[in-house]
Amino acid sequence: MSLLPWTLYLSAAGALLALAGGMRSARTARWIALVTAAGAWVLTLLAATRFVPGPRLQTLVDAPWIPAMGVRYHLAADGISLTLLVLTGLAATAGVLFSWNIEERTGEFFALFLTLVAGVYGVFLSADALVLFVFYEVAIVPKYFLIAGWGSTNREYGAMKLALYSFAGSSMVLAGLLWAYAAGGGHGFGFEDLAQATAALSRHQQIAIFALVFFGFATLAGIFPLHTWAPTGHVAAPTAASMLLAGVVMKLGAYGCLRVALPLSPVGFAYWQAPIAWLAVIGIVYAGLVALMQEDLKFVIGYSSVSHMGFVLLGIAVANAQAVSGAVLQMFSHGVIAGLLFAVVGRMVYDRTHTRKLADLRAMPLHRLLPFAAAVFVVAGVASMGLPGFSGFPAELTILIGAWKRAPAWAAVAALGVLVAAAFTLRAIQLSFFGSVEQPQPPGSDRPADHALHFAPITVAEKAGALLLVAATVLIGLNPDLLLNWINPALQSPLLQAALKAGTP
Amino acid sequence: MNPDYAGLFLALKPETALVVGAVAVLGLDLSVFRRHAAAERLRLALWVASLAVLTAGVNVWLGPRGPAFGGVLMLDHLAVATRLGVLVLTLLTLGVARGAAVPHQPAEYVAVVLFAATGLMLMAAAQQLLLVFLSLELASLSLYVLAGFDRARPESAEAALKYFLFGGMASAFLLFGFSLIYGVTGSIELPRIAAQVSLQGADPLLMVALVMVLVAFGFKVAAAPFHLWAPDVYQGAPTPSAALIASASKLAGFTLFTRLLWPGFHAAVGNVAAPTFGPGWLPTVAVVSAASLLLGNLAALAQSSLRRLLAYSAIAHAGALLLGVMAAGRSGPAPLFYYASTYGLAAVGAFGVISAMERGGRCEYITDLAGLHRRSPLLAGCLAVFILSLAGIPPLAGFFGKFTVFAAALRLGGVAGPAGWLAILAIALSTVALYYYLIVLKQALIAAPAADARPIRVPRTTALTLVAAAGLIVWFGLDPAQLLGLF
Amino acid sequence: MSSVPLLSLIIFVPWAGALLLASLPRLGAPASRVLALAFSLSTLVLALAALGSFDCASTGYQFVERHGWIGALNSDYHLGLDGLSLLLVLLTGLLAPACMLASWRNIPDPRFFGLLFLLLQGAALGVFLALDFFHWFIFWELSLIPAYFLIKLWGGPRAAHAAYQFVIYTIGGSAFLLLGFVAIFAATGTLDFVRLASLGANGALGAKLATLGSFWPHAVFLGVFLGFAVKVPLFPFHTWLPPAYAEAPTGVSMFLTGVMSKMGVYGFLRLLWPLFPGPLHAASVPLVWLALGGAVLGAFAAMRQTDLKRMIAYSSVNHVSYCLLALFAVSSATGRSGLTSEAAAAALSGTLLQMFNHGLSAAALFYCVGVLETRAGGRRDLGGFGGVQTAAPVFAGLCGIAMFSSLGLPGLNGFVGEFLIFRGVWGLVPWAAAVACLGLFATAFFLITFWQRVFHGPRAGAASAEFADLGRLDLAVLSPLIALMVILGVLPQLQTMLFNPLITMWANHLNLP
Repeated sequence: MSLLPWTLYLSAAGALLALAGGMRSARTARWIALVTAAGAWVLTLLAATRFVPGPRLQTLVDAPWIPAMGVRYHLAADGISLTLLVLTGLAATAGVLFSWNIEERTGEFFALFLTLVAGVYGVFLSADALVLFVFYEVAIVPKYFLIAGWGSTNREYGAMKLALYSFAGSSMVLAGLLWAYAAGGGHGFGFEDLAQATAALSRHQQIAIFALVFFGFATLAGIFPLHTWAPTGHVAAPTAASMLLAGVVMKLGAYGCLRVALPLSPVGFAYWQAPIAWLAVIGIVYAGLVALMQEDLKFVIGYSSVSHMGFVLLGIAVANAQAVSGAVLQMFSHGVIAGLLFAVVGRMVYDRTHTRKLADLRAMPLHRLLPFAAAVFVVAGVASMGLPGFSGFPAELTILIGAWKRAPAWAAVAALGVLVAAAFTLRAIQLSFFGSVEQPQPPGSDRPADHALHFAPITVAEKAGALLLVAATVLIGLNPDLLLNWINPALQSPLLQAALKAGTP
Repeated sequence: MNPDYAGLFLALKPETALVVGAVAVLGLDLSVFRRHAAAERLRLALWVASLAVLTAGVNVWLGPRGPAFGGVLMLDHLAVATRLGVLVLTLLTLGVARGAAVPHQPAEYVAVVLFAATGLMLMAAAQQLLLVFLSLELASLSLYVLAGFDRARPESAEAALKYFLFGGMASAFLLFGFSLIYGVTGSIELPRIAAQVSLQGADPLLMVALVMVLVAFGFKVAAAPFHLWAPDVYQGAPTPSAALIASASKLAGFTLFTRLLWPGFHAAVGNVAAPTFGPGWLPTVAVVSAASLLLGNLAALAQSSLRRLLAYSAIAHAGALLLGVMAAGRSGPAPLFYYASTYGLAAVGAFGVISAMERGGRCEYITDLAGLHRRSPLLAGCLAVFILSLAGIPPLAGFFGKFTVFAAALRLGGVAGPAGWLAILAIALSTVALYYYLIVLKQALIAAPAADARPIRVPRTTALTLVAAAGLIVWFGLDPAQLLGLF
Repeated sequence: MSSVPLLSLIIFVPWAGALLLASLPRLGAPASRVLALAFSLSTLVLALAALGSFDCASTGYQFVERHGWIGALNSDYHLGLDGLSLLLVLLTGLLAPACMLASWRNIPDPRFFGLLFLLLQGAALGVFLALDFFHWFIFWELSLIPAYFLIKLWGGPRAAHAAYQFVIYTIGGSAFLLLGFVAIFAATGTLDFVRLASLGANGALGAKLATLGSFWPHAVFLGVFLGFAVKVPLFPFHTWLPPAYAEAPTGVSMFLTGVMSKMGVYGFLRLLWPLFPGPLHAASVPLVWLALGGAVLGAFAAMRQTDLKRMIAYSSVNHVSYCLLALFAVSSATGRSGLTSEAAAAALSGTLLQMFNHGLSAAALFYCVGVLETRAGGRRDLGGFGGVQTAAPVFAGLCGIAMFSSLGLPGLNGFVGEFLIFRGVWGLVPWAAAVACLGLFATAFFLITFWQRVFHGPRAGAASAEFADLGRLDLAVLSPLIALMVILGVLPQLQTMLFNPLITMWANHLNLP
């Protein structure tokens, strides 16, 4: 366990090294990035082997940081954080593998990438709200540059929109946290301190503080109607950044909601619970329907992320043990699946065909030209539909079970989202990879078009990255206990219990 | 009262060092260095001046603490910290000047910088209205000269004239205010004024005096609606002058006025949240702060000139710093000092980058930054640190400045308190600010360079200066307790 | 039982075959076919092995495998086999190799085809053997994906749309099914079919669901019902079926109708009925009408078809509706006096027999249409043929047997099932049996029309001189099926002995709440 903070330091050091290495050659930077990302992932796995699940945050580092304000550099982890740390390591490693073909300013790319990863590790490790916030913001800025610098389609707009939404969200969080902090007489930013300070305020103030902090974080989690940054940002981002954005960074928001907002004010949560749940449910269905209408494959995936994050938010809003554990599981699952989808679309397909328009892709027999990509996309799509056997299923199942216990109507509408997800995913699979197979042909009689189109074969790095992610989603799909055994004890912590109690009528 | 001249000399050793340095710069330039080329003369002058600044710094560090010369000077933590901050910022300005275009009379330029620094040092410690005014005038006059130093460019002259006219008017207001204060309280020493004010309560005439002082204060720190000079001065003045105006002058100004307003007029605070908008300086400052935040951030959005953008961002920062002034009574001056000094570092740094770029061509518009990452990765990297710090992105110092100031403001009485709503407003506007800062960085770090753009050669001294400023920003960000713990 | 995990083997050997095919990308076409066929045959071998040690007298689950799995969902890896499952496993074992053989030729990329087909086969077997919702649902849903690609990639000109429609309809149903089980788990905390069935039998399940409001047990019932009704399909949820069956390649159509439609019926028997005896009873009259609608309208729709494949597709709607008709009739009779138990036993036996027999006959008929289609270069309209009997007498004979089995001629297997269903339904809900007769007549009518127009008369259309009779491959596909039709027609007790105790137990439990 004590290894975990080193994920953060290693990634930060990797960022500097990659920057330096990039001055020598792109190759050096790549290998540095791969080694640090994989190294940090291995650290999380090593820590996981020695992890003893329990209700408390297990302190890793605790030192005074800004004594004048009671801020402590306090890193700690429990089952929830560990799940997400492992996910971060996985997504980062896969992200580096899928960025192997970045030739332009490689060192800077990986430096930004690893800075982002370091920020994400930091958020998941923080046990002090201010430290968490600092890492949260550290993760925002590299996103802008990754997208604006290495992105595609309308990248400056997408990057700016994403950065401003994120920053606006984090401003709300900061305002809420400072409010609570000031109310508490400035004792500190520990979660307990803030919760106590908030509890002393009037009900109206608590409601306002909760709204600031929760919706601030939820912006980054893509809550309807504050989700519009997500599709444009994801589409504009380079592959690895979309993978990390959809896969991990959106989880930062959800994690913040769960770790900071809920315990901060159970009173406020009780007030906002139903609106949040309805927004989440609307997000699930609405984003799914929008995805059904998209003509750009990456937009389909972008909206699907919003839809899936709706499940996470629903799980958090429902706030019983099942739903919350399902929400954390869904965070992991969506992290892997979204990564996989973006990898196929952004790297395997777009970098070769230079189009993501479904109409154009339809004209290419991609499943024959890129069979590996097709297979991975089908697996990812099927997993994304929430079909059983893949990680999305146990996650959505537990969320639905929890939601049913709290309010069957939420579960019912959310289940409709499962259907919509199937519709848009199948449509995407059908139009993108299996477009021009109206007449199957015997192997001998290739159409001339097949000869005219020739794409570079899928590289070893891509295959390795894809297989990692596929293995993860299948493993968790078949044995969700691996993660649930970490997550469930963590829900017993007093802070979360207070929040969960407030959410149960 | 026996004037303690020995104590005075001890207390003013740093200022003495600066003045001696200035005289030495002028003298050596007239005698020994006369035959050298202008660039060489500048280099030598800068070395001498730097030596003087360092000597001053050592003297501040080792010098006496507490009131000096019968309370005319107050060498408390705030004063010492501000003086050190002014010296560091001056030193950085000198480093920036090394890489900037060579002025016509390099030695005079450097000497005036030292005189300005002397004035700012005195401002940091002044505790008597007369000295307050004198030090302010010394600093201001030096700065007017610095702003107009580039005689080749009409913009520089325009900047100096505007600065002078507005500054002169501010001085008049200040003097008038001081005279009223003296008339009402019968003293020019702040502790006595404070005692008298708390006895008398809020006298209407005193309020008039306070408004006068605040107007002057607004001019001095470029707070809206007294900001009109700032964009033109930032745009027209030679770059090192602008750097000094933006950094050290602001730090000293805020220290001076905090000392003036809090210990001096503590009783006349008034309360912005009270149902009756009671008389007092706090409500006035709150209004000025809100105006600065709004105007600075919104007007910055429309700028295409990099320096004007920095000017409006400075106005916005002044608004946030005023929050620190309001909160200083309860939370102490630490947040304010932290914010002002780290803001100064970032401002000096940003102007340093501009001056380095002007060596290799134009740096007028934001688009002139395009491709900086290719032309000079060092400048681009440093600029990223400065701008992100201005934007308040952790873990850079700018974030903790905002954070501590807002936290202090909120502790003044929660969201409903006199500064709480301003803190929320400022936090909301920081999102707006991020937009224009990112526009700058997009040009510098993302955009491709223009076709005729060449790599920029940065002199070693300037590079060192910029790296030092960036390093300090990162260091104070990672370990904010270093500065916050001073008080 | 032996320590060999027989049921796991049954499920996973086809998947292992799929994995093997996937890992051999350079395998040639003939080797792929042989490999796929071999793995496909494994089911039959293993099922026969299971049959060998199957205790026909027992009503419980045999060969049970149970291992702890997902603690958080209280879910075990739980497999078991009873008469019902064994029957369907045997059916799958028979049909799967036949379908592989039917796809021996005219299928590009046989490796990929075999891979998908084996995946589908394993998933279907998993559905019949799993006894815990979690992995049962995995198999249930995963069967869709290979089916989707099999239809889409090797199907007819409008296959893409048909496949999409098929999957969306079925997943739509599954979403409701899933929601239903979400509610069930939220109420009971278990997903184990055996435990749920016992909760359903004593009414505890309904009571637990009703804690949220009396409306919810019915809503949950409706959700689960929809999931299965779409899959079977029950009228009016059948609209996906004709295009899907018609566009799919022959071998896949055979499997879809032979095995996959039985998954739905199996769901009704294994889950809906035991879990919700009360709501099913309450809804049984409208449901009987729906089943009648399927039986009658399906037959009449088949009558109106000129595309032979669509005709057989609609006849499938008709035939599976009989199964459901019997079940709903039995359910409607629940709680009535003891006289009905014999009729109920007959109806239920008929249902099970009909599931098996329809599997055989419909698969055979699809194959026959496939033969016509390949011989005629893609034509399969009713008017496109004539006098095939003279050109291909063996084919005509075997096809005739399949048709008459399908329309229920005594002496062939189809008769036994339909007879028992009608006898049972007559005893329980006489008017329904009367209405259903309309379906019988219509079926007879269109099948005889088919027979007459295509096989009799002068040679016409595509049935020209070069219309070849059945080859060895065709015989290999058809002869086992036809042989079984005859054998089981004469000796239906070969089947009934597998599930008679089960039927007796079910029929005896009817009087319980």
